[in-house]
Amino acid sequence: MRTLVTLGVVIVLMAAAIAAGIQWSKATATPKLALDLEGGTEIILTPVPEAQTTGQVTSSTISQAIGVIRQRVDASGVSEAQITSQGSGASAKIVVSLPGTPSQDTVNLVTKSAQMEFRPVLQQGTSTGPTPTPTATSTDAGATPAPTATGAAATPEASATASAAAGAAATAAPTPTPSPTSTAAAGAGPSSPSDAAFYVTPEVQKAFDNLDCTNQKNRTGGVNGPANQAFVTCSQDLNDPTKFILGPVELEGRHISGASSGLNQLPNGTTGTDWVVNLKLDGQGTTQFATTTTRLVGETAPQNQFAVVLDGLVVSAPRVNEIIPNGQAVISGSFTRNSAATLANQLSFGSLPVSFQVESQQQISATLGSEQLQKGLLAGLIGLILVVIYSLIQYRALGFLTVSSLVLAGIITYLVITALSWLQGYRLSLPGVAGLIVAIGITADSFIVYFERIRDELRDGRSLGAAVEHGWARARRTIVASDTVNFMAAAALYLLAIGSVRGFAFTLGLTTIIDLIIVFFFTHPMMEIISKWRFFYEGHHFSGLDPRRLGVEGVRYMGRGKVVVTPKGAAPATEEAAPKAWPTKQPVAVGAPGTTVADAPGTTIAERRAAARKAGTTPPASKASAQKDERTTTEGEQH
Amino acid sequence: MAVGFAQWGNDLYTGKRSYNIVGRRRMWFSISGVLVLAAIVLLIHPGLNPGIDFRGGSEFVVTGAANRDQQQAVDAVAAIDSQEVALVTNMGTDSLRVQTRELSSDQTEQVREGLATAYGVDVNHVTSTFIGPTWGADVSKKAVTGLIVFLVLVAGVMTLYFRNWRMAVAALVALAHDILITAGVYAAVGWEVTPATVIGFLTILGYSIYDTVVVFDKVRENTDGVIHQSRYTYSEKANLAVNQTLVRSINTSVVALLPVAGILFIGAFVLGAGTLRDIALALFVGMLVGAYSSIFLATPLEVELREREPEITALRKRVLANRAAAAAGEPVPAGAGASTFVGPLHPGAHQGFAAQPKRRRK
Repeated sequence: MRTLVTLGVVIVLMAAAIAAGIQWSKATATPKLALDLEGGTEIILTPVPEAQTTGQVTSSTISQAIGVIRQRVDASGVSEAQITSQGSGASAKIVVSLPGTPSQDTVNLVTKSAQMEFRPVLQQGTSTGPTPTPTATSTDAGATPAPTATGAAATPEASATASAAAGAAATAAPTPTPSPTSTAAAGAGPSSPSDAAFYVTPEVQKAFDNLDCTNQKNRTGGVNGPANQAFVTCSQDLNDPTKFILGPVELEGRHISGASSGLNQLPNGTTGTDWVVNLKLDGQGTTQFATTTTRLVGETAPQNQFAVVLDGLVVSAPRVNEIIPNGQAVISGSFTRNSAATLANQLSFGSLPVSFQVESQQQISATLGSEQLQKGLLAGLIGLILVVIYSLIQYRALGFLTVSSLVLAGIITYLVITALSWLQGYRLSLPGVAGLIVAIGITADSFIVYFERIRDELRDGRSLGAAVEHGWARARRTIVASDTVNFMAAAALYLLAIGSVRGFAFTLGLTTIIDLIIVFFFTHPMMEIISKWRFFYEGHHFSGLDPRRLGVEGVRYMGRGKVVVTPKGAAPATEEAAPKAWPTKQPVAVGAPGTTVADAPGTTIAERRAAARKAGTTPPASKASAQKDERTTTEGEQH
Repeated sequence: MAVGFAQWGNDLYTGKRSYNIVGRRRMWFSISGVLVLAAIVLLIHPGLNPGIDFRGGSEFVVTGAANRDQQQAVDAVAAIDSQEVALVTNMGTDSLRVQTRELSSDQTEQVREGLATAYGVDVNHVTSTFIGPTWGADVSKKAVTGLIVFLVLVAGVMTLYFRNWRMAVAALVALAHDILITAGVYAAVGWEVTPATVIGFLTILGYSIYDTVVVFDKVRENTDGVIHQSRYTYSEKANLAVNQTLVRSINTSVVALLPVAGILFIGAFVLGAGTLRDIALALFVGMLVGAYSSIFLATPLEVELREREPEITALRKRVLANRAAAAAGEPVPAGAGASTFVGPLHPGAHQGFAAQPKRRRK
């Protein structure tokens, strides 16, 4: 009884949570539908032809990119996006179809290449105006006192270093065009990646001076600069006009073995309020990162900073306060909950081989008409009605327990799917609907296994209470074993497969768990309750648990000197005068009227004695023992 | 009907009526073997017909269409290639996307013209391109990896649960049997294989294993401690288990198949080609074959494997020797009945006079 109340409370709470979600959040009363049923947005992506990209756009880079995009989309929920290529060769494009109207974060998720690099900061400055002049430094410092005090303070020092460096580089480089690569080839190598004197060539300095980070055009990001040269770029944060000269790449994004988003940890161990991305580096990355932080910790500002560069823009440029030997890095920046999650997702599945830009983004209608869903639901409904009719024929009144369990399973499934489509972005596709209809069969099987076990126990001569107890112990084993196997199938496919297989696995696992919940917390407790009802324990003809229909006849020895008698062929309606048909609570006399067991070979002593008594010829010798039998005769429940 | 069915169930349970399913196992093995062979032949020729999601195809985009009746596009494509049912999607405000299997360049031109006529636009407003598969090699690879991990897991768990690897082997053989036959039927029907079909196959996978575990659980229960008695052989006990679960298997199959049959009927006759029809056919055939294999293939196969175990063989010899002795009128050890009637033993039920201890006459 208590479990029933608990289950009821849980269901009501779930419904209330969804109702609250509809009222105050983005929840909907019906599950969201997938691409095939609802339509969505088709985004066509074209590779960005960048001069710096080393790789050619080939079919293999496209299929690699499709793989990465699919993993990213899958990791953000079970929405069953469709990703395919269009065209071939150099003009190949990627078509991503997402259900509903995707947010900007989702579009970023599929378009950004997410190439992350760690570079040392060589120089840092602030840009404010559209016409930067070389002499703007002083006005900069005066004009923008507020946003970055460190930046403003650092600028004069940095430019001083830079000018010195420019001279040094010019003298060191034998070639007239001081390209860092050629200098490196000439043998005059840098002392370290932080060697500003080597990397900040006059061209780099000029580019830095001319860069205006307040201009939106310069902040679109794109591709990272060449790995072994200095790189001039802006900050990703739109409100931060800081610009950077960065050294060569010290650590590449491929050394990131995992990324997750979360709230920052404050030094005192409590959780802060800023969203951060936590990185875990692999073995080589850890070593390299330790080397870098060891060197940077001894440098002076701003060169004791390293910049986290993502798709050509600086996400953050933290100062190194201590050596980080364990390969755990935290990127803080101007993240929101969504953008931190998006970045962590992008980093987890590696970078795309090329960057993409959105060529077109337009609404598409459902690939299957609404007719398909309606007819599918209609088919399911017809099937369900047939199931109801069949179980009523097979199990009579007990069939109502099957039906109510199925209805309850349906309600729970509906609530869970609605909640998941609100919280997890789950979307129901037509194969999903079909899977749910099939789940009717698997859920109903648990009841059938259970009921058949109870009937088997009744056939063995137990009373209903004992039959339910024994039958449940056996059926439970079978149900748990078979559902475990089903759930494992679902879990393995969910964790390893992608695309629509993953959506299917999710539905399968969900229905399996709901099946277990229903059998354990509804069907069995209900069965225990109704087995105490007169209608059922007396084995009414329409209860589905009528012992006579189950072939329990005659006298049966129940062990410990107890015997159970069931009149053979006696109809329950004509049994007023007769002792209650087994299994009643009253002791049953041996040889109840109606027993027609002959004194034939194969009958037990009790049966023969009963037959003899019916014939009115009780053998005197056995009278005493017959009376003794009468006293000890009882129903099987005490067994 | 219900009364007769209930009586039949009772007789099956008590052993009054018994179908010798395990004993005729050679016959079931032959039937399954023939079916699987036929399925393999069908899979080689004509073979499965993978859809656009697996192979990629041609895509046409009609822009500036006056009306957006999707049927016109379907008809226009069918006029060029009668076998092909195009997939039409509305895009934006005045465009249509038409996807077909990969067409030759001649057919592509014809379809472009056909679409232009159908929607009253200039041929230049109908663009064509090739599209790649949405279900590419990487999706298949991941799905196969998941499948292998699943099968290994299932084999491991079943071996642990039943304390015997033979049940796991028999279940996996039955599973392969179900999948092959379903795929064979699909190849014979010739419908396109879509992701929905694959999902149908995966459902069968789960269902087949599930069904087999339920039957095996009864076999395990019945044959618990089988070697410590001399009345019945292992295969007789297993056969009783199959007979006793027959009612449950029939009920479950009917309940599971009714909704699927509903979808198949609506899908095939009302809606025509589409996700519902594809998934329902795979499910219907698979569940039917799955119910068959759990009774007629998995259990007999398991018995066949078990009968090779030395102690089970010894049990069979012991039981048969006892019966022969009883038939010859010689005394047999108590508890070793001569009867070949197999049913659950009820305490107190008479096992026949041969089962009674006899006084030796000198």
